[in-house]
Amino acid sequence: MNTKEITVTVNGEQLTETVETRMLLADFIRDHLNLTGTHLGCEHGVCGACTVLVDGKAARSCLMLAVQADGSSIDTVESLVKEDGTLHPLQQAFSDNHALQCGFCTPGFMMTLVDFLNENPNPNEHEIREAISGNLCRCTGYANIVKAVEQASQALAKQGE
Amino acid sequence: MATLVGQSLRRKEDYRMVTGTGMFVADIKKPGMVEATFVRSTHAHAKIKNIDVEAAKALEGVYAVYTGADLVGRVKPLTQIDSHCRLPKHIEDQIKPFMFNNEEPVLAQGKVMYVGQSVACVVAKNRYVAEDAAALIKVDYEPLPSVVDPFKALEEGAPLVQESMGNNLQAYFHLPVGDFEDVLKKADHVLSGRFTSPRVSSNPIETRGVVADYESRGDQQHIWSSTQMPFEVRHYVAKILGLVEQNIRVTAPDVGGGFGAKGGLYTEEVMLAFLARELKRPVRWIEDRIESMSAARHSRDQIHDIEVAFMNDGTILGLRDHFVLDVGAINYFAFTCAYNSAAHFRGAYKIPVFDLTCKIALTHKTPNVPYRGAGRPEVVLAMDRMMDMIARHLNIDPAEIMMKNIIPAEEMPYSQGMYYKDGGELIYDCGDYPEAMQMALEMSGYKDIRAWRKEGRYVGIGISSNVEGTGVGPFEGAKAAIDAFGQLMIHTGSSPQGQSHETVFGQVAGDVLNVGLDKVTVKCGDTALLGFGAGTYASRSAVNAGSATHFAAEKLRTKVLAVAGHVMGIPAEELTMKDGVVYSETDPEQKMTFAQVYEAAAPGPRCKVPPGMEPGLEATHYFVPPTVTYSSSFHVAEVEVDIETCFVKINNYYIVHDSGRVINPMIVEGQVQGGFAQGLGTALYEEIVYNDNGQLLTGTYMDYLMPTAMEVPKAIQGEQEYYSTRNPLGVKGVGESGAISSPAAIANAVVDALSPFNIKIDRLPISPNRVFSLLQDGQRA
Repeated sequence: MNTKEITVTVNGEQLTETVETRMLLADFIRDHLNLTGTHLGCEHGVCGACTVLVDGKAARSCLMLAVQADGSSIDTVESLVKEDGTLHPLQQAFSDNHALQCGFCTPGFMMTLVDFLNENPNPNEHEIREAISGNLCRCTGYANIVKAVEQASQALAKQGE
Repeated sequence: MATLVGQSLRRKEDYRMVTGTGMFVADIKKPGMVEATFVRSTHAHAKIKNIDVEAAKALEGVYAVYTGADLVGRVKPLTQIDSHCRLPKHIEDQIKPFMFNNEEPVLAQGKVMYVGQSVACVVAKNRYVAEDAAALIKVDYEPLPSVVDPFKALEEGAPLVQESMGNNLQAYFHLPVGDFEDVLKKADHVLSGRFTSPRVSSNPIETRGVVADYESRGDQQHIWSSTQMPFEVRHYVAKILGLVEQNIRVTAPDVGGGFGAKGGLYTEEVMLAFLARELKRPVRWIEDRIESMSAARHSRDQIHDIEVAFMNDGTILGLRDHFVLDVGAINYFAFTCAYNSAAHFRGAYKIPVFDLTCKIALTHKTPNVPYRGAGRPEVVLAMDRMMDMIARHLNIDPAEIMMKNIIPAEEMPYSQGMYYKDGGELIYDCGDYPEAMQMALEMSGYKDIRAWRKEGRYVGIGISSNVEGTGVGPFEGAKAAIDAFGQLMIHTGSSPQGQSHETVFGQVAGDVLNVGLDKVTVKCGDTALLGFGAGTYASRSAVNAGSATHFAAEKLRTKVLAVAGHVMGIPAEELTMKDGVVYSETDPEQKMTFAQVYEAAAPGPRCKVPPGMEPGLEATHYFVPPTVTYSSSFHVAEVEVDIETCFVKINNYYIVHDSGRVINPMIVEGQVQGGFAQGLGTALYEEIVYNDNGQLLTGTYMDYLMPTAMEVPKAIQGEQEYYSTRNPLGVKGVGESGAISSPAAIANAVVDALSPFNIKIDRLPISPNRVFSLLQDGQRA
């Protein structure tokens, strides 16, 4: 199998690694870097569980090859919590509002929402629902996720003040 | 003293889940671990003439290739899950069932019975190479005639699914409650209808997966599986591979949803256990979504032909149902769904005469197993659609017809004149159904909705209700212990897939020993934790494992007080405890911490337990429920249909439910909302479709549509809290209720919205193309 050397910045740390050209970005993150918080739900780009940030934009890591991320900056769910263990406002809001049950889809939702709230810090309910409509959750029925986003957007706005 | 129970406490599980530090089976890595992949049948029914594995074996990085021939005499086939297949003798006497043994080899032997069946298995250094090798395996099939329609499967001369059977009627029963023929003579009206709940897939977002390890020194096997039933997996792996059960440990780590499909035992679990022993190294298999769509078991697929006899005022005298359950190629769970259908048909209604015949047909499709609701949504659809039809037939409001037939509160406890599948008499323990219905109607503004139709909008409102047997046994256990640092520990045999066991059982135990939730550590999902366990399914864990936790914690409390009293020389009755300190009620300075009591109770020469008492601060309890508890819920759906796009929008949705005493309201509300979302999917979008040749047409998420945040509104919930009399906590199960009535309520609402077109809805899903056809038929009529 062909291999290629890539340089990526993952959660703020620059790495140079040799990977098979056919390796999915998701597998690179999970198996190569052992960052298993990024989950694979469908591997065909529908469920959104594998969403990470590539250069700050939400992207499905099951639809990208690791070599396509060469030179990029990647952020995964592991980047959200502070070093002292303090949760990111989205993480705190998900827990406060019971916006997760099994938790498998949760990292994908949160990474989608980090990007979304950067773009739209003060969304209304319809905008929130539209933003997460590319992420499937089979447990919660979404209502508490919407509530969590409302809380997080307020908390983030306060942080910014 | 309940200070934790009843509160919406944040979950103990959340921190690891939101930080990405949970451990799902695909996150497990072992030194030397290799990966397996399966070659799956591309035919619904075919003879396997030859399998050429040479090229696959020769590929670099491949460790092994197995086909069915390699397993002969070494790995027994899977059969029905016995622990879920036994019926008590008195039920057999009432329903005169028969059921044929049926089986599935771990890898196909000679022929395949459905698309997705495991045919060969490759182990390689990683998944990529394993899939390369799998693509090199050439299976030479000779296609055989297949049957995918259950009615055709039951015809004489239909292609056989299981060779050992003479036909495809795998099981049958007849339940007579009263004389329906007699009722027919008395009734003013008889209506009949066929109601079809199609095949669906529960689709947890985490697929299945297994890691198996084997240590030949000591003959120790450890299996991690994304399963709802680790104890069953251990039992059947031991049985099928001929192993000593105590040498196998099965762990269900964090499991990403289950909803039924991860119950029982799968061929892959056996195969991975076998591979680890063969190769003497850890082996991992993570199902991908495409294989999951055909290989993870499906559900529903019931067709009910019902007749209902009623009077001019709408009073129902009796109901007869002939139904067929299409179970696919193997029936793993016997009468579980079918008998649930029988037991839940009449729900909250008083229908004294009931006659039900069930045929379970084998077809060349993926096996059909319980999925959230398990036989209940199918009959609730039939029952409540029929209620709506009666109302329209008599030109009376459906709410009035339903209310007329609802069991009055003063008739509780109410007997349905049959048995529940656990053998108990089917007697509703408590509840007030008319009150619930009234609440639901008021919450929804039922009376006002109809006015909107006059404004030219196709708005409709539909109602459905259900009474659900929850918390089925046979048992669940818990061990309560205190460790050297005074931490309270709870181990349960029932393990979660998102149901919040750590929080809920922590609340139950914390109250008994009067400590905060952070002082309780709950562990579950591992056969090493407890001697026996059943699993999480059938809305049963809060009832069974919750009650076991309560009793085990009480035993532990008694022991802590006894030991502390013995050491301090104070009668145990004069002691109490709070925040991990045991103290005298009259002299609080007389005290011991849990850690000190632990030390005093520890086995050894300085052990200070009272004479005759076992050392160690631990206690185990197995709770055996007398029979199920009956939760109930009433749903009202308000929908709007766009007759141009044929899209059904849920404008508002209301649920009033009684799940007995609520341990954590936030979690209960989440269960109901989540169940509702799945029911909405069943109602409007989801269907597993096969073509006539048994090819799966809905094999990806581009074809199988599940609801997103754009389609699922928040269901407004109302509560009743009628404590169950059948367990110490007063709880009833809640996991499934949201999913049970939503298809029927939504179907009734769509019929109501489109009443100018006089349509009938008798099958799901009510997708835009089906609405289009219904409108066309309606306009033609």
